[in-house]
Amino acid sequence: MYPAPFQYYRPDSLQEAIRLLTKFGDEAKVLAGGQTLLPMLKMRLGDMSHLIDIGRLPGLSHIEQKGDTIHIGALATHADIAASDVAKTIPLLSDCGGGIADKQVRNRGTIGGGLSVADPSGDWPTGLHTLDTTVVCVGPAGERKVAIADFIIDSYTADLQDGELVTEVQIKVPPANSGGAYLAFKRAAPAYPTSTAAVQLTMDGDICKDIRMALGASASKAVVCEEAENALRGQALTRENLEKAAALIVAASEPPADARGSEAFKRAMLLSIVIEAAERALARSKGEEIKGGHRYA
Amino acid sequence: MPSSVQPVTVEVTVNGNKYRREIEPRMLLVEFVREELGLTGTHIGCDTSYCGACTLLLDGKPIKSCTALAVQADGCEIMTVEGLEKDGQLHPLQSAFSEHHGLQCGYCTPGMLMSSYSLLQENASPSRDEICKGIAGNVCRCTGYQNIVKAVDAAAKQVQEG
Repeated sequence: MYPAPFQYYRPDSLQEAIRLLTKFGDEAKVLAGGQTLLPMLKMRLGDMSHLIDIGRLPGLSHIEQKGDTIHIGALATHADIAASDVAKTIPLLSDCGGGIADKQVRNRGTIGGGLSVADPSGDWPTGLHTLDTTVVCVGPAGERKVAIADFIIDSYTADLQDGELVTEVQIKVPPANSGGAYLAFKRAAPAYPTSTAAVQLTMDGDICKDIRMALGASASKAVVCEEAENALRGQALTRENLEKAAALIVAASEPPADARGSEAFKRAMLLSIVIEAAERALARSKGEEIKGGHRYA
Repeated sequence: MPSSVQPVTVEVTVNGNKYRREIEPRMLLVEFVREELGLTGTHIGCDTSYCGACTLLLDGKPIKSCTALAVQADGCEIMTVEGLEKDGQLHPLQSAFSEHHGLQCGYCTPGMLMSSYSLLQENASPSRDEICKGIAGNVCRCTGYQNIVKAVDAAAKQVQEG
């Protein structure tokens, strides 16, 4: 399968990429790792006559901690992030980056691409909802910083203005006694996930000081539920309390029945993985090492 | 190619040999390797980024070449399944796939070999679980995977023992 013909551009600088993107508007698509865009172009989804390859733009592949903030360049690949030191600081990043699709895809796909696509079953949009995440976008009017919850507007719709590109993802390092986990269930490594869940929490002894939860592949964007989080803040994270909170957030989800499972199956799956993600997050907050975030046959 | 589209020049090193071709920008890497360079060992399976039959190494890392444009590989080093054999000698992985019956129809084999090769480069003595994870992006519809895992395990041990 071939994509429809297009003109190819490989700009040398971010400014030139933005100039081209502004000039061609809806006639152009931006190519980073291409793991979503190329299959779409091969299926001839979306008209496009100018392809702007930003894959080699300098200065967009960094993964580093400065002070209390982690900076990840938009072109950092899933594999690079999973293998980085920052993934040791925030294990949820290791769960996400190390489990997306398969090794071949993780070597190409980028965090900036994963966020810009805003696929409701994408791992980064859901996982990053539970961290203090800011998306940095640069366009003809300069730089703009958007909180992740505002950046992901809806299914396949991100808050990118005309001529704008994601350049960086900034994540606040969680306070002491924090832990997080991302769990996804999928039918096979390269398959899209059936259900996903992310939990990031901070403990004060046995009491949950703060917690954030998100479910993916379960609505048009990540499902969050303040009621569920409030039910756990200030409480001990007993199995009973976790089950109550999990029931609340799963009730707020709208998992579509499709080839990956019925709605009832997905609700049961969500309930199970969000509780397990919370238990893993709790164990990690106490310094336990747990590996792996995606399950498949 | 349509006259309105500007061709692009792609220069790559494949299995140690340099190539330079002028192509249409929409040409996929797998088609470039097979049709422009005549290296038909790399297979096109699902053509949707799922099956892994088209796996090759780009700058040392396994990728699905049906989901990369040839122009994205410009200036890069590529290794395809043809690069495994050295001086008429099969790579230990290839011998092990043969000895352990790690293939039936053989369609997935080039991709399986390249993913396994990459795994052994990173981890010289992988556990069974690590082998399964290492080939998780490659689909085999014949073997049930058991003999593929056995073959990779045997090849790892053989390389270790020299």
